Amino acid sequence: MIREARRRVDQTIDMIVLALWKTIEEFIFEVGAIMTFGYESLRSFFYKPYRFTEFIQQMEFIGNKSIFIVVLTGTFTGMALSFQVYLGFKLVNATSLTGPIVAMGITRELGPVLTGLIVAARAGGAMAANLGSMRVSEQIDALEVMGVNPQEYLVGPRLWASILSLPLLTGIFDFVAMVGSYFLCIRVLEMDEAIFWDKTALWLKPAHINEGLIKAAVFGAVFSLICTYRGFTTKGGARGVGDATNRGVVLSMVMIIILDFFLMNIIEIYYKVFP
Amino acid sequence: MAVENAIEIIDIKKSFTPGDYVLNGINLNIPKGKITVIIGFSGTGKSVLLKHILGLLKPTSGTIKILGTDIANLDDEERIRLRKHFGVLFQYAALFDDMTILENVQFPLKEHRRDLSKNQITEAAYEKLKQCGLDEKHYKKLPGEVSGGMRKRCGLARALALDPDIFVYDEPTTGLDPILTEMVDNLILSTHNQREDTASLVVSHDLHAAFHIGDYVAMLDSGKVLLHGTPQVFLESDNPFVAKFVSKGVHKK
Repeated sequence: MIREARRRVDQTIDMIVLALWKTIEEFIFEVGAIMTFGYESLRSFFYKPYRFTEFIQQMEFIGNKSIFIVVLTGTFTGMALSFQVYLGFKLVNATSLTGPIVAMGITRELGPVLTGLIVAARAGGAMAANLGSMRVSEQIDALEVMGVNPQEYLVGPRLWASILSLPLLTGIFDFVAMVGSYFLCIRVLEMDEAIFWDKTALWLKPAHINEGLIKAAVFGAVFSLICTYRGFTTKGGARGVGDATNRGVVLSMVMIIILDFFLMNIIEIYYKVFP
Repeated sequence: MAVENAIEIIDIKKSFTPGDYVLNGINLNIPKGKITVIIGFSGTGKSVLLKHILGLLKPTSGTIKILGTDIANLDDEERIRLRKHFGVLFQYAALFDDMTILENVQFPLKEHRRDLSKNQITEAAYEKLKQCGLDEKHYKKLPGEVSGGMRKRCGLARALALDPDIFVYDEPTTGLDPILTEMVDNLILSTHNQREDTASLVVSHDLHAAFHIGDYVAMLDSGKVLLHGTPQVFLESDNPFVAKFVSKGVHKK
């Protein structure tokens, strides 16, 4: 009786371990596939035929068409954060630090992360859906049999455009967020303008802005890689396209938030080693 | 030495899961200057075979030679060069939906004929579209704005753009009404007859069309070639499976 129970427990443990191992194996395999896909696509951009037209088109779509939503989000984020920081510092009579704290928070964290999330949702979703529908309607096969490398034609320009657009959009986000913060602190909360700018200039270093821009470039690479890979490997019909889009966008957003933490630490260590 | 067969398929096997063969030792030659039609019920491996011929899938074992070249040994660059010999009409035309009808036909020319000027490319595209019977008023439309028949014509014009040596038609008449089916069949015939040494390969389950346009017909079943010969050979076959397929096809029409 006891022996039988132990055998069942052993069997259950074996099953759990096997299932876990299979999941880990699949995960490693998929990460490897995504990395290879990304490496090949990024590299292909530097070989003939050069895809500058497609690259410019993607910059226009990912960068230019995201400006409005980035400006809108950035302005309100700057104002909301300023108000919260102001309320907090008011408790300890340190409202003069509102400007620099908001500036550091925006440039180092909120700027790249929110820009990454917004663009991943807007452009990443569109990339996955576009490539997915091209896959299921055999347009990618058509490219291939026409002697055109689809990764080079479709993926490379999207990846490079995302990597370059995200820091630019983050710069815009940082700027409008500070404009929003200025408007709220100076015009609404009637703080001293000179102190606001003096303290901000004193505490905010170029390294803080660089940190945000580097993060933004990494986020651009990550979301575009995930979304193009999901779209490119879509299976099935309309449902497959929907699944690819959904999984691409969700995974991109989660990865941006997780990566933000690790990047923050890596950059912090870098500045300690190379001050 | 001139190659008589445009495509040689030698003992091709393909399994996606171990032990389960979708293609199970296919031997088939596609001669130059002839139209070969591959027929068979759904799930017999027609599309998988086609993807092997186009180099979109790699066989588990066996050899495919295109114009005398074994495609298994080619690097990416050579494979791309070889693919320029193909003109493919996909089942649903596979037109790029963000390009106009004209741009779709210009696309392969822009990619592979960089020696041509912009005007020359446009002229060549106009010529191919007219050859396929597409009216000029549709050239600036997107694929989503024209009918299924027009999309097929545009797909064919795009396939014709680089004057290929081998035409491949994947289920060209699926989902079309009898009039459009006849139009596409006639288009395949006229395209084929324009050049003497062009090889045409049509994958279809439309027996009537196979007998109408095919010089040779190959029937697939369970991943193997069940019968390969002229339409007459099929009509005279006493293989019960072939006879059943033929009777259904003829009866249907």
